[in-house]
Amino acid sequence: MNRLRRVGLALLGPAMAIVVALIVTAIVIALIGKDPIAALRVMTDLGDTPSQQTQSIVVILNRAVPLFLAGLAVAVAFRMGLFNIGVEGQYRLATILAAAVGAAVTLPAPLHVLLIVVVAVVVAAVWAGIVGVLKVTRGVSEVISSIMLNFVALGIASFLLTGPLRGSAEGQSIVTTKTIPESGWFPGLNGVLTGLGLAEPRSELYGFLLVAIVIGVAVAVLLRRTRFGFDLRATGLSPSAARASGVDARGMVIKTMLLSGGIAGLIGMPELLGDVHEFGTEFTAGLGFLGIAVALLGRNSPLGIAVAALLFAFLDRAALPLQFADIPSSVVTIIQGTIVLAVVIANEIARRLALRSAERAGSSAAAPPPDSGGSGGGGSPPGDGPDGGRRAYTPVPGEQQGAQA
Amino acid sequence: MSTVQSPPARPSRGPLTDLLTGGGRSRRVLWLVLGVLVLVSVVRVVSGEQELTSSSTMAAALLLAVPIALAALGGLFSERAGVVNIGLDGMMILGTWGAGWAGYQWGWGAAVVGGVVLGAVGGLLHAIATVTFGVDHVVSGVAINLLAAGIVRFLSELNYIDNPAGGGAAQSPPLASQPPDFSLPVLSSGPDLLGSLEQRHWFLISDLAGVLRGLTSDVGVLTLVAVLLIPVSYLVLWRTAFGLRLRSCGENPAAADSLGVPVYRLKYTAVVISGALAGLGGVSLVFIANIYREGQTGGRGFIGLAALIFGNWRPGGLAAGAGLFGFADALQLRSRTAVVALLLLVAVLLAAVAVYQGVQRKLVQAVLAGAFAAAALVGFLTIERLPAGIVFFTPHLTTLLVLSLASQRLRMPKADGLVYRRGEH
Repeated sequence: MNRLRRVGLALLGPAMAIVVALIVTAIVIALIGKDPIAALRVMTDLGDTPSQQTQSIVVILNRAVPLFLAGLAVAVAFRMGLFNIGVEGQYRLATILAAAVGAAVTLPAPLHVLLIVVVAVVVAAVWAGIVGVLKVTRGVSEVISSIMLNFVALGIASFLLTGPLRGSAEGQSIVTTKTIPESGWFPGLNGVLTGLGLAEPRSELYGFLLVAIVIGVAVAVLLRRTRFGFDLRATGLSPSAARASGVDARGMVIKTMLLSGGIAGLIGMPELLGDVHEFGTEFTAGLGFLGIAVALLGRNSPLGIAVAALLFAFLDRAALPLQFADIPSSVVTIIQGTIVLAVVIANEIARRLALRSAERAGSSAAAPPPDSGGSGGGGSPPGDGPDGGRRAYTPVPGEQQGAQA
Repeated sequence: MSTVQSPPARPSRGPLTDLLTGGGRSRRVLWLVLGVLVLVSVVRVVSGEQELTSSSTMAAALLLAVPIALAALGGLFSERAGVVNIGLDGMMILGTWGAGWAGYQWGWGAAVVGGVVLGAVGGLLHAIATVTFGVDHVVSGVAINLLAAGIVRFLSELNYIDNPAGGGAAQSPPLASQPPDFSLPVLSSGPDLLGSLEQRHWFLISDLAGVLRGLTSDVGVLTLVAVLLIPVSYLVLWRTAFGLRLRSCGENPAAADSLGVPVYRLKYTAVVISGALAGLGGVSLVFIANIYREGQTGGRGFIGLAALIFGNWRPGGLAAGAGLFGFADALQLRSRTAVVALLLLVAVLLAAVAVYQGVQRKLVQAVLAGAFAAAALVGFLTIERLPAGIVFFTPHLTTLLVLSLASQRLRMPKADGLVYRRGEH
């Protein structure tokens, strides 16, 4: 019963946020003189023929896979109380270098794919690791350093693309790297779809979907069932308590950033290996920032992030049909932005409600503290991420140094 | 029995040392400025890059420093009141759109109002989320950046597509009127004494003339406002009761609250001012291009944040940071070969650091600085021109370097970024 209520409270935030976002969007659409109900119908209409419908589903899934990975990368750091805002730069830099390495070599298929993925993971992990090292050795706030490194990474990526790694001919409007040979392509999953009796869609469903699922499960196990995950969550909940109980906080910061960056390196892989096979100016951007939104909406738990990624992907797919229905497609961005803002506010309210009910329970009987052990099975306990507003410790540049001296 | 003693004066260390180190802060700053000027003019003469101190580069630097400085000032107000403002860029985006929308209909005065109002709305949103609802400041800021980009796109699609005045989904029609600009009479316009002095390319004198002429000719009205706002912000924040209370909210809100300071209201005020200033920064960008364009800020809100940190959360420091970043930006726009000349400057500075550290017997730092100095020198001698992608992130890299080298000397407001809830601390 208690657990049920806790799960309910954890779901309350996102549910309230989505309702608020829908109301805000309906008002916005009504203000410009369109029918909100009609807009909703356009957004949920996946197509008339079976082939169109499977195509829509494939588009949603293909968009959700990188969003899920981005959300996961952000969430791993969030759980530790670290803000990895640099996911954007990490995955872009990782993808262009991986694309260049992949195009430069020819190997047997599985090895080739593996090499590309490993390069991407390592590059992004190293890039994120800089943030961690700067934080523990120089006391630089990870928020600032990851924002700054974002710009540096984007600058390097654009320099590499237009300079040494340019594969397309001079004077073309779309600049790309060299194309990865076919042995470095990741097979799609359309065979599975037709095997299930669905119509053949126009685009290929990313095979990387399976990898993403595996990564998601691995992260969930890592966070819930291992010593490392426990230390990570404990440090996120209370850095001082964790340090007092013998957690190596400095090592944890670097390890967490490496892990977060490593996952960030995978974000570009579905598109690179499954669709375009080269990095270019047209490569999907902004996934790192959307990942922050997805992680917040998903309350930093892998399952929640998967749902959030699907929701965002569903909204993104609706942009084009909305445009055909003469409704500005940027409505989608507004819905997403409103959801994020609403979800963080709603989470905070839900956390207070939980706190109040716990206090009431505590005053009537000497009940155990609300977060005993933090081992909530289903949903994560309300407010165990930075979005819960419980982040007690904002690192001050220099302070850590002073404390250690 | 004279008990009144004069404060223990430092023993004189000779007239030269007194001249260099005496006279307190203002004298030191003067020496610093003079030193930098001499160094830059040496570099100009050695490298032959006249653009380094030309008045047009300086004018461009000032122009580009304005949006950065305004964003940084916005950050100053907010962070001094204890609210971290990652959403500066979003508020700036709102400001650019407000300026474009009001400007194409009613001219530049309305553009200022439109930009400031929309920026302030962004600030208000941030205040509601962080102060009233206690949402984490960074999270709220990130959300505002996302939301702002969506809102302006939506508003543009709504207002500018099929607009007879022009514009489209990503830009507004041009402004109805241009803001006025001013030049200093005689020196920078008319006879233009400084201009003719600058053309002689004399060591130091021409550099000084170039700098002065750049700073005094064709100065836009917003530039004047921004330059004035820096001392005004200092006076407001450090010399008034309002400022003292506002800063107390950023240092120790609980103590401030116990003394009757209305913490919530002050935080609201500070964050709304912050949004308005960031919005004004957006207006200055619109004035430069005479049009609103999507993505016009180019992350300048974040550079403003960088300037704020670079300047140690002080008005003078952030102005220096904004000037430096504006200068780098301008130099890159004017001449990309001139940026390479900056490497020589960096080499000289680092060599000085190496010598200083060596004298202090900090050998590791000395060797590191020396190695970087050598690398910069090699870069200057071998690189013809820096690629655009690399130049683009110079401000960000500078900030990272400053943060990692001097983070012990930086001090942010003590309660910056902490959620304050009355009776819950």
